[in-house]
Amino acid sequence: MNINHGLIRRRQIVNALAIALSSIATVIGLFFLFWILYTTFNRGIEAMSLNLFTMVTPPAGATEGGIANALVGSALMCGLALLVGAPCGIAAGIYLAEYAKLGKAGSIIRFVNDILLSAPSIVLGLFAFSVVTALGGGFSGWAGAFALMLIVLPVVVRTTDEMMRLQPKQLREASLSLGIPLWKVNTQILLRAALPGVTTGVLLALARISGETAPLLFTALGNSFFTLNMGEAMESVPTSIAKLAMNPDEFWNKLAWAAAFLMTSFVLLISVLARIILRTNKAAND
Amino acid sequence: MSHAGVNASDHRNDWLFKMLVAALAWSAFALLLGAALTMAWGGREVFARFGFGFVTGQVWDPVMGEYGALAAIYGTLVTSAIALLLAVPIGFGIALFLTELAPSWIRAWVGTAIELLAGIPSIIYGMWGIFVLVPLLGEHVYPWIDGNLGTLPIIGPLFRGPPIGVGFLTAGVVLAIMVLPFITAIMRDVFLTVPQRLKESAYALGSTTFEVVWDIVLPYTRGAVVGGIFLGLGRALGETMAVTFVIGSTYQITAAMLEPGHSITAVIANEFAEADPGMHRSALVALGFVLFVVSFVVLLLAKLMLRKLNRDAGTL
Repeated sequence: MNINHGLIRRRQIVNALAIALSSIATVIGLFFLFWILYTTFNRGIEAMSLNLFTMVTPPAGATEGGIANALVGSALMCGLALLVGAPCGIAAGIYLAEYAKLGKAGSIIRFVNDILLSAPSIVLGLFAFSVVTALGGGFSGWAGAFALMLIVLPVVVRTTDEMMRLQPKQLREASLSLGIPLWKVNTQILLRAALPGVTTGVLLALARISGETAPLLFTALGNSFFTLNMGEAMESVPTSIAKLAMNPDEFWNKLAWAAAFLMTSFVLLISVLARIILRTNKAAND
Repeated sequence: MSHAGVNASDHRNDWLFKMLVAALAWSAFALLLGAALTMAWGGREVFARFGFGFVTGQVWDPVMGEYGALAAIYGTLVTSAIALLLAVPIGFGIALFLTELAPSWIRAWVGTAIELLAGIPSIIYGMWGIFVLVPLLGEHVYPWIDGNLGTLPIIGPLFRGPPIGVGFLTAGVVLAIMVLPFITAIMRDVFLTVPQRLKESAYALGSTTFEVVWDIVLPYTRGAVVGGIFLGLGRALGETMAVTFVIGSTYQITAAMLEPGHSITAVIANEFAEADPGMHRSALVALGFVLFVVSFVVLLLAKLMLRKLNRDAGTL
């Protein structure tokens, strides 16, 4: 027997080293990520108060105030962006999955959609601003909602396309052989079967736009006063965080952390909900 | 008979439905084209006046009407490079840990946690950066780096700068933490596409865990791993808030990473709302166009390399 003990030893040492480094990387990575979450929750809960929901952004130096204007603005703009973006995205997704499954048209639209999906959000904001000013508008809630809609659209298109294509071919063929018209097959059978997945996509889009700051900075601009008028400049939670955090005023910073805490919890909640919907559906299908 | 009538209306409805969804699908296409063209059009004044000098000019002075974007481009590239330098090895380590080492319950929990963290709004990272990381680095870490590493030959100049805590390195670190969950999640998904049989064969021949990863998993997934890194790079290049808070907003090009700097996104975010509608705004839109082109190229490369893998940014 002639076993090269030196070689085995070296391989084991290299392996142990790699395992150690990989474990250390995991610890380091998770440490920083949870540090950030911990800071947000810790400082956010400290700054919680009922005034947050009832009062508007105070002037610097005040000791009382809230972010009611930002919460309402975010709800309005995100709501409108979803209301327009989600149905359009679902329709476009159906087109890709049903009418352009293969072929050039489908691949071109899919490619462009993917680029739109990963384009820097600040660029989408610039685009939204240019379109709105070209139409004669200015800083307004409409412009903000349009910018957010540009972010919703590609997310929903992609998930709808994927989820519709995941549906079994037999479902489609059986429905068609019963003489059901194609548009009914698509909207009332395939889309219904794919609904949990599509809902997940819409929820993920909501999670994403509720934290987007950059595209709102110069479309909705921000507004320290309470307004329901989408034609005026409008505050949103992320832009109010940006404003409140960049100022040395201590109470403003406290408000910023409270807003950050609310926003992060909302985003996490929506993401978890999306996951649960997808998972329970998967289990039911198997 | 009403039969023919029903068929005809079905036929018409089918056609209407197809046209409707087709129109909406093509409008997504039109939007992107529109975005690119609007950027180029909006920046025309600046491009016409400065030409290619816009990209190579070092002075950005709205008051004097001087617009050179090199400092901003430099900042964007440098901070993204630092971010990848830090995030890629750590992300690789975590992905390796999650796919080869950890027991299955840890895989599920840590995996889900990473995916959730990838969805946290970037402004949260920026806030943590300015309230927690900047004071820490400025008071304790940067003076030490400046004093000890800054005096080294050759690499010394990289580690010099004032102990104010904001700057290229800080922005790079915050970006790294931000793209880490994203890169990790993609790498893990990529590693999971390696057929179990292939890995088990290697183990059966007596390979160590590291050898399986280095000689089987990595060669099998090389293209997709690079694609995932490029997607992360795309994120880092286009990130706004996490960078704006901690970059220091100073126009300068320097090798010293502890110095404050600027980035394309930070310039746009800081100046756009207050810019006058003429040349200044045009210059900022042109800057956006430059960013758009750079990230387009990066995404294109990422897509080419990820072609085999069915999943990328969309499902995260």
